[in-house]
Amino acid sequence: MADATMSNVLKKSGKEIHASWTRDLAGNQSAGKGRISATELDQQTAEFIKLLTAASEHATAGDISSAEFKPMRDFLDGVSRSRVAQGFSSDETASFIFSLKKPFFAALRTDAGKDADVLADQVWRATELLDALGLHTVKAYQKSREEVINRQQREMLELSSPVVKLWEGIIALPMIGTLDSARTQVVMENLLQKVVETGAQIAILDITGVPTVDTLVAQHLLKTVTALRLMGAECIISGVRPQIAQTIVHLGVDLQGVTTKANLADALALALKRTGSSLKQ
Amino acid sequence: MGEFLLVTIQVDMHDQMALKLQDDLSNAIIKNASRGVLIDISTLEMVDSFIGRMVADISSIGKILGAETILVGMQPAVAITLVELGLSLPGVATALNVERGMVLLRRKIDADGTDVSER
Repeated sequence: MADATMSNVLKKSGKEIHASWTRDLAGNQSAGKGRISATELDQQTAEFIKLLTAASEHATAGDISSAEFKPMRDFLDGVSRSRVAQGFSSDETASFIFSLKKPFFAALRTDAGKDADVLADQVWRATELLDALGLHTVKAYQKSREEVINRQQREMLELSSPVVKLWEGIIALPMIGTLDSARTQVVMENLLQKVVETGAQIAILDITGVPTVDTLVAQHLLKTVTALRLMGAECIISGVRPQIAQTIVHLGVDLQGVTTKANLADALALALKRTGSSLKQ
Repeated sequence: MGEFLLVTIQVDMHDQMALKLQDDLSNAIIKNASRGVLIDISTLEMVDSFIGRMVADISSIGKILGAETILVGMQPAVAITLVELGLSLPGVATALNVERGMVLLRRKIDADGTDVSER
Protein backbone atom coordinates (compact mmCIF):
# COMPACT_ATOMS: atom_id res chain seq x y z
CA MET A 1 0.00 0.00 0.00
CA ALA A 2 1.32 3.36 -1.04
CA ASP A 3 0.29 5.04 2.16
CA ALA A 4 2.52 2.73 4.09
CA THR A 5 5.41 3.99 2.02
CA MET A 6 4.53 7.54 2.84
CA SER A 7 4.43 6.93 6.57
CA ASN A 8 7.59 4.82 6.30
CA VAL A 9 9.38 7.65 4.58
CA LEU A 10 8.09 10.06 7.19
CA LYS A 11 9.27 7.79 9.98
CA LYS A 12 12.62 7.10 8.44
CA SER A 13 13.62 10.54 7.33
CA GLY A 14 11.31 12.67 9.47
CA LYS A 15 14.32 14.28 11.10
CA GLU A 16 15.89 15.40 7.84
CA ILE A 17 12.56 16.61 6.45
CA HIS A 18 12.00 18.56 9.63
CA ALA A 19 15.42 20.17 9.57
CA SER A 20 15.18 21.11 5.93
CA TRP A 21 11.61 22.37 6.26
CA THR A 22 12.45 24.60 9.22
CA ARG A 23 15.43 25.95 7.34
CA ASP A 24 13.27 26.77 4.31
CA LEU A 25 10.64 28.40 6.45
CA ALA A 26 13.18 30.53 8.26
CA GLY A 27 14.60 31.59 4.91
CA ASN A 28 11.26 32.36 3.31
CA GLN A 29 9.61 34.13 6.15
CA SER A 30 12.05 36.97 6.41
CA ALA A 31 9.08 39.31 6.41
CA GLY A 32 7.47 37.38 9.23
CA LYS A 33 10.52 37.49 11.44
CA GLY A 34 9.96 38.90 14.86
CA ARG A 35 6.31 37.93 14.77
CA ILE A 36 7.05 34.30 15.41
CA SER A 37 10.08 32.94 17.24
CA ALA A 38 12.33 30.24 15.83
CA THR A 39 11.57 27.94 18.75
CA GLU A 40 7.82 28.29 18.22
CA LEU A 41 8.20 27.58 14.53
CA ASP A 42 10.38 24.59 15.32
CA GLN A 43 7.78 23.25 17.74
CA GLN A 44 4.98 23.68 15.24
CA THR A 45 6.84 21.94 12.42
CA ALA A 46 7.87 19.05 14.70
CA GLU A 47 4.28 18.66 15.89
CA PHE A 48 2.99 18.76 12.34
CA ILE A 49 5.36 16.04 11.13
CA LYS A 50 4.55 13.89 14.16
CA LEU A 51 0.82 14.21 13.52
CA LEU A 52 1.24 13.65 9.79
CA THR A 53 3.25 10.49 10.43
CA ALA A 54 0.64 9.19 12.86
CA ALA A 55 -2.26 10.04 10.59
CA SER A 56 -0.79 8.66 7.36
CA GLU A 57 -0.19 5.34 9.07
CA HIS A 58 -3.90 4.67 9.34
CA ALA A 59 -5.78 6.90 6.99
CA THR A 60 -6.32 7.02 3.29
CA ALA A 61 -4.36 9.92 1.94
CA GLY A 62 -6.30 12.84 0.58
CA ASP A 63 -9.28 12.34 2.84
CA ILE A 64 -8.53 14.64 5.75
CA SER A 65 -12.10 14.64 7.07
CA SER A 66 -11.62 11.15 8.54
CA ALA A 67 -11.34 10.57 12.27
CA GLU A 68 -7.60 9.78 12.04
CA PHE A 69 -6.96 13.35 10.98
CA LYS A 70 -8.90 14.86 13.86
CA PRO A 71 -5.80 15.78 15.96
CA MET A 72 -4.20 17.13 12.82
CA ARG A 73 -7.19 19.34 12.04
CA ASP A 74 -7.33 20.61 15.61
CA PHE A 75 -3.64 21.39 15.50
CA LEU A 76 -4.01 23.31 12.23
CA ASP A 77 -6.97 25.26 13.64
CA GLY A 78 -4.77 26.25 16.57
CA VAL A 79 -1.90 27.27 14.29
CA SER A 80 -4.23 29.35 12.11
CA ARG A 81 -5.66 31.09 15.12
CA SER A 82 -2.22 32.02 16.45
CA ARG A 83 -1.20 33.17 12.96
CA VAL A 84 -4.20 35.50 12.85
CA ALA A 85 -3.29 36.89 16.25
CA GLN A 86 0.32 37.39 15.13
CA GLY A 87 -0.82 39.31 12.06
CA PHE A 88 0.20 36.90 9.30
CA SER A 89 -1.51 37.14 5.94
CA SER A 90 -3.45 34.20 4.52
CA ASP A 91 -0.82 33.29 1.90
CA GLU A 92 1.91 33.31 4.53
CA THR A 93 -0.17 30.95 6.64
CA ALA A 94 -0.88 28.62 3.72
CA SER A 95 2.76 28.55 2.62
CA PHE A 96 3.57 27.16 6.05
CA ILE A 97 2.04 23.87 4.84
CA PHE A 98 2.96 24.12 1.18
CA SER A 99 6.63 24.70 1.90
CA LEU A 100 6.76 21.17 3.32
CA LYS A 101 6.43 19.84 -0.21
CA LYS A 102 10.03 20.49 -1.23
CA PRO A 103 11.81 18.56 1.55
CA PHE A 104 9.09 15.91 1.62
CA PHE A 105 9.30 15.24 -2.10
CA ALA A 106 13.06 15.13 -1.85
CA ALA A 107 12.76 12.42 0.78
CA LEU A 108 10.27 10.48 -1.31
CA ARG A 109 12.66 10.67 -4.23
CA THR A 110 15.50 9.22 -2.19
CA ASP A 111 13.20 6.45 -1.08
CA ALA A 112 11.86 5.55 -4.51
CA GLY A 113 15.28 5.55 -6.12
CA LYS A 114 15.20 5.19 -9.89
CA ASP A 115 11.59 3.96 -10.15
CA ALA A 116 9.85 6.90 -11.82
CA ASP A 117 6.35 5.36 -11.73
CA VAL A 118 6.42 4.78 -8.01
CA LEU A 119 7.85 8.23 -7.42
CA ALA A 120 5.17 9.94 -9.51
CA ASP A 121 2.49 8.01 -7.66
CA GLN A 122 3.96 8.90 -4.29
CA VAL A 123 4.35 12.55 -5.15
CA TRP A 124 0.76 12.76 -6.34
CA ARG A 125 -0.57 11.28 -3.11
CA ALA A 126 1.58 13.52 -1.00
CA THR A 127 0.50 16.57 -3.00
CA GLU A 128 -3.12 15.66 -2.60
CA LEU A 129 -2.74 15.32 1.14
CA LEU A 130 -0.73 18.47 1.67
CA ASP A 131 -3.05 20.53 -0.54
CA ALA A 132 -6.05 19.37 1.44
CA LEU A 133 -4.27 20.27 4.67
CA GLY A 134 -3.23 23.62 3.27
CA LEU A 135 -6.77 24.44 2.22
CA HIS A 136 -8.02 23.44 5.62
CA THR A 137 -5.52 25.82 7.18
CA VAL A 138 -6.67 28.69 4.98
CA LYS A 139 -10.28 27.93 5.85
CA ALA A 140 -9.48 27.95 9.54
CA TYR A 141 -7.51 31.16 9.08
CA GLN A 142 -10.47 32.81 7.38
CA LYS A 143 -12.81 31.69 10.14
CA SER A 144 -10.55 33.07 12.85
CA ARG A 145 -10.32 36.35 10.98
CA GLU A 146 -14.08 36.61 10.73
CA GLU A 147 -14.40 35.91 14.43
CA VAL A 148 -12.01 38.76 15.16
CA ILE A 149 -13.96 41.11 12.89
CA ASN A 150 -17.29 40.15 14.42
CA ARG A 151 -15.99 40.64 17.91
CA GLN A 152 -14.61 44.06 17.06
CA GLN A 153 -17.89 45.06 15.48
CA ARG A 154 -19.79 44.05 18.59
CA GLU A 155 -17.39 45.93 20.82
CA MET A 156 -17.67 49.01 18.64
CA LEU A 157 -21.44 48.91 18.85
CA GLU A 158 -21.27 48.83 22.60
CA LEU A 159 -18.63 51.51 22.81
CA SER A 160 -20.28 53.88 20.42
CA SER A 161 -23.56 54.44 22.20
CA PRO A 162 -23.05 55.53 25.78
CA VAL A 163 -26.04 57.04 27.51
CA VAL A 164 -25.05 59.87 29.86
CA LYS A 165 -27.09 61.29 32.65
CA LEU A 166 -26.81 65.07 32.47
CA TRP A 167 -29.21 66.15 35.16
CA GLU A 168 -31.97 64.75 37.28
CA GLY A 169 -34.46 63.52 34.69
CA ILE A 170 -32.31 64.46 31.71
CA ILE A 171 -30.20 61.98 29.79
CA ALA A 172 -28.10 62.53 26.70
CA LEU A 173 -26.82 60.24 24.01
CA PRO A 174 -23.87 61.59 22.05
CA MET A 175 -23.82 59.72 18.75
CA ILE A 176 -20.55 59.36 16.90
CA GLY A 177 -20.04 57.82 13.47
CA THR A 178 -22.34 56.73 10.71
CA LEU A 179 -25.79 55.57 11.68
CA ASP A 180 -27.06 52.41 10.05
CA SER A 181 -30.05 50.24 10.83
CA ALA A 182 -28.21 47.85 13.12
CA ARG A 183 -26.63 50.65 15.11
CA THR A 184 -29.82 52.63 15.41
CA GLN A 185 -31.52 49.55 16.76
CA VAL A 186 -28.88 49.12 19.46
CA VAL A 187 -28.88 52.84 20.23
CA MET A 188 -32.66 52.89 20.47
CA GLU A 189 -32.79 49.88 22.77
CA ASN A 190 -30.05 51.28 24.99
CA LEU A 191 -31.70 54.66 25.22
CA LEU A 192 -35.18 53.31 25.96
CA GLN A 193 -33.80 50.94 28.57
CA LYS A 194 -31.96 53.81 30.20
CA VAL A 195 -35.12 55.91 30.21
CA VAL A 196 -36.87 53.15 32.14
CA GLU A 197 -33.95 52.77 34.56
CA THR A 198 -33.41 56.44 35.30
CA GLY A 199 -37.00 57.58 34.87
CA ALA A 200 -35.76 60.42 32.70
CA GLN A 201 -38.30 62.82 31.24
CA ILE A 202 -36.11 64.30 28.56
CA ALA A 203 -33.58 62.63 26.32
CA ILE A 204 -31.15 64.65 24.22
CA LEU A 205 -29.85 63.02 21.05
CA ASP A 206 -26.62 64.73 20.12
CA ILE A 207 -25.68 64.18 16.48
CA THR A 208 -22.56 66.37 16.41
CA GLY A 209 -20.46 63.30 15.61
CA VAL A 210 -22.67 62.02 12.82
CA PRO A 211 -20.88 62.91 9.58
CA THR A 212 -23.84 62.80 7.19
CA VAL A 213 -27.58 62.72 7.52
CA ASP A 214 -29.48 61.19 4.63
CA THR A 215 -33.13 60.25 4.44
CA LEU A 216 -32.45 56.86 6.01
CA VAL A 217 -30.59 58.31 8.98
CA ALA A 218 -33.29 60.95 9.40
CA GLN A 219 -35.89 58.20 9.40
CA HIS A 220 -33.94 56.31 12.06
CA LEU A 221 -33.78 59.44 14.16
CA LEU A 222 -37.50 60.01 13.80
CA LYS A 223 -38.19 56.43 14.84
CA THR A 224 -36.13 56.88 17.97
CA VAL A 225 -37.94 60.11 18.76
CA THR A 226 -41.33 58.46 18.28
CA ALA A 227 -40.43 55.47 20.42
CA LEU A 228 -39.29 57.82 23.17
CA ARG A 229 -42.53 59.74 22.95
CA LEU A 230 -44.52 56.53 23.24
CA MET A 231 -42.68 55.75 26.43
CA GLY A 232 -43.57 59.12 27.81
CA ALA A 233 -40.24 60.91 27.44
CA GLU A 234 -39.49 63.99 25.40
CA CYS A 235 -36.70 64.09 22.89
CA ILE A 236 -34.50 66.94 21.78
CA ILE A 237 -32.09 66.57 18.87
CA SER A 238 -28.99 68.68 19.26
CA GLY A 239 -25.74 69.25 17.40
CA VAL A 240 -27.27 69.92 14.01
CA ARG A 241 -24.52 71.44 11.91
CA PRO A 242 -25.24 74.00 9.18
CA GLN A 243 -24.57 71.55 6.32
CA ILE A 244 -26.78 68.95 7.93
CA ALA A 245 -29.59 71.45 8.41
CA GLN A 246 -29.30 72.32 4.71
CA THR A 247 -29.27 68.67 3.69
CA ILE A 248 -32.33 67.91 5.76
CA VAL A 249 -34.25 70.77 4.19
CA HIS A 250 -33.10 69.87 0.67
CA LEU A 251 -34.08 66.25 1.16
CA GLY A 252 -37.51 67.36 2.24
CA VAL A 253 -37.33 65.38 5.47
CA ASP A 254 -40.11 66.42 7.78
CA LEU A 255 -38.76 67.06 11.24
CA GLN A 256 -41.94 68.75 12.37
CA GLY A 257 -42.81 68.03 15.94
CA VAL A 258 -39.20 67.31 16.83
CA THR A 259 -37.36 69.90 18.84
CA THR A 260 -33.94 70.56 17.38
CA LYS A 261 -31.13 72.73 18.70
CA ALA A 262 -27.80 73.78 17.25
CA ASN A 263 -25.73 72.60 20.19
CA LEU A 264 -25.91 70.53 23.32
CA ALA A 265 -25.80 73.54 25.63
CA ASP A 266 -28.96 75.02 24.12
CA ALA A 267 -30.66 71.65 24.31
CA LEU A 268 -29.71 71.28 27.97
CA ALA A 269 -30.97 74.78 28.74
CA LEU A 270 -34.28 73.95 27.11
CA ALA A 271 -34.50 70.63 28.89
CA LEU A 272 -33.82 72.28 32.25
CA LYS A 273 -36.48 74.85 31.55
CA ARG A 274 -38.97 72.15 30.71
CA THR A 275 -38.25 69.98 33.72
CA GLY A 276 -37.93 73.07 35.88
CA SER A 277 -41.38 74.30 35.00
CA SER A 278 -42.87 70.93 35.63
CA LEU A 279 -41.09 70.65 38.97
CA LYS A 280 -42.54 73.94 40.19
CA GLN A 281 -46.08 72.76 39.96
CA MET B 1 -59.57 56.82 42.04
CA GLY B 2 -61.54 60.03 42.55
CA GLU B 3 -62.27 61.66 39.25
CA PHE B 4 -59.66 59.52 37.52
CA LEU B 5 -59.97 56.06 36.11
CA LEU B 6 -57.01 53.72 36.23
CA VAL B 7 -57.02 50.86 33.75
CA THR B 8 -54.33 48.29 34.19
CA ILE B 9 -53.77 45.78 31.46
CA GLN B 10 -52.13 42.83 33.11
CA VAL B 11 -52.40 39.94 30.77
CA ASP B 12 -51.49 39.73 27.13
CA MET B 13 -54.54 41.16 25.44
CA HIS B 14 -56.26 39.17 22.80
CA ASP B 15 -58.54 40.81 20.31
CA GLN B 16 -61.86 39.95 21.90
CA MET B 17 -60.70 41.19 25.26
CA ALA B 18 -59.48 44.43 23.77
CA LEU B 19 -62.89 45.09 22.27
CA LYS B 20 -64.59 44.34 25.59
CA LEU B 21 -62.18 46.66 27.37
CA GLN B 22 -63.02 49.41 24.93
CA ASP B 23 -66.71 48.91 25.65
CA ASP B 24 -66.34 48.71 29.44
CA LEU B 25 -64.10 51.73 29.59
CA SER B 26 -66.39 54.01 27.63
CA ASN B 27 -69.31 53.00 29.85
CA ALA B 28 -67.27 53.50 33.01
CA ILE B 29 -66.21 57.00 31.95
CA ILE B 30 -69.83 58.02 31.56
CA LYS B 31 -70.97 56.30 34.75
CA ASN B 32 -68.28 57.78 36.99
CA ALA B 33 -68.10 61.10 35.15
CA SER B 34 -64.35 60.61 35.01
CA ARG B 35 -62.17 63.54 34.07
CA GLY B 36 -59.06 61.58 33.35
CA VAL B 37 -58.09 58.07 32.38
CA LEU B 38 -54.75 56.41 32.92
CA ILE B 39 -54.07 53.29 30.89
CA ASP B 40 -51.23 51.36 32.46
CA ILE B 41 -49.62 48.95 30.01
CA SER B 42 -46.40 48.35 31.94
CA THR B 43 -47.00 44.60 32.08
CA LEU B 44 -47.86 44.34 28.42
CA GLU B 45 -44.89 42.75 26.74
CA MET B 46 -46.20 41.96 23.30
CA VAL B 47 -48.26 43.97 20.89
CA ASP B 48 -49.46 43.45 17.38
CA SER B 49 -50.89 46.03 15.04
CA PHE B 50 -54.44 45.32 16.23
CA ILE B 51 -53.66 45.88 19.90
CA GLY B 52 -51.65 48.96 18.96
CA ARG B 53 -54.64 50.38 17.15
CA MET B 54 -56.93 49.42 19.98
CA VAL B 55 -54.82 51.33 22.48
CA ALA B 56 -54.92 54.35 20.19
CA ASP B 57 -58.70 53.96 19.81
CA ILE B 58 -59.29 53.75 23.55
CA SER B 59 -57.35 56.97 23.98
CA SER B 60 -59.40 58.72 21.32
CA ILE B 61 -62.67 57.46 22.80
CA GLY B 62 -61.64 58.79 26.20
CA LYS B 63 -60.88 62.17 24.69
CA ILE B 64 -64.21 62.35 22.90
CA LEU B 65 -66.01 61.53 26.15
CA GLY B 66 -64.32 64.51 27.74
CA ALA B 67 -61.67 62.71 29.73
CA GLU B 68 -57.94 63.27 29.31
CA THR B 69 -56.38 59.94 28.49
CA ILE B 70 -52.76 59.11 29.17
CA LEU B 71 -50.93 55.97 28.22
CA VAL B 72 -48.37 55.05 30.87
CA GLY B 73 -45.57 52.59 31.38
CA MET B 74 -44.92 51.40 27.87
CA GLN B 75 -42.06 48.90 27.73
CA PRO B 76 -39.09 49.70 25.43
CA ALA B 77 -39.71 46.58 23.35
CA VAL B 78 -43.35 47.54 22.88
CA ALA B 79 -42.40 51.09 21.88
CA ILE B 80 -39.92 49.80 19.29
CA THR B 81 -42.47 47.35 17.90
CA LEU B 82 -45.13 50.02 17.55
CA VAL B 83 -42.71 52.35 15.79
CA GLU B 84 -41.61 49.57 13.44
CA LEU B 85 -45.26 48.85 12.72
CA GLY B 86 -45.65 52.49 11.78
CA LEU B 87 -48.03 53.19 14.64
CA SER B 88 -46.74 56.36 16.21
CA LEU B 89 -50.04 56.96 18.05
CA PRO B 90 -50.25 60.67 17.20
CA GLY B 91 -52.23 62.71 19.64
CA VAL B 92 -51.94 60.18 22.43
CA ALA B 93 -50.38 61.57 25.59
CA THR B 94 -47.84 59.32 27.25
CA ALA B 95 -45.97 59.12 30.53
CA LEU B 96 -43.26 56.92 31.90
CA ASN B 97 -45.15 55.53 34.89
CA VAL B 98 -48.43 55.88 36.77
CA GLU B 99 -47.04 58.51 39.12
CA ARG B 100 -45.84 60.71 36.27
CA GLY B 101 -49.08 60.09 34.46
CA MET B 102 -51.04 61.28 37.44
CA VAL B 103 -49.01 64.51 37.68
CA LEU B 104 -49.46 65.11 33.96
CA LEU B 105 -53.19 64.41 34.17
CA ARG B 106 -53.60 66.81 37.06
CA ARG B 107 -51.71 69.49 35.17
CA LYS B 108 -53.74 69.02 32.01
CA ILE B 109 -57.01 69.28 33.85
CA ASP B 110 -55.78 72.35 35.71
CA ALA B 111 -54.79 73.91 32.42
CA ASP B 112 -58.34 73.42 31.19
CA GLY B 113 -59.36 76.00 33.73
CA THR B 114 -61.60 73.67 35.68
CA ASP B 115 -62.11 73.88 39.41
CA VAL B 116 -59.85 71.02 40.42
CA SER B 117 -58.04 72.08 43.56
CA GLU B 118 -54.31 72.81 43.37
CA ARG B 119 -51.98 70.21 44.71
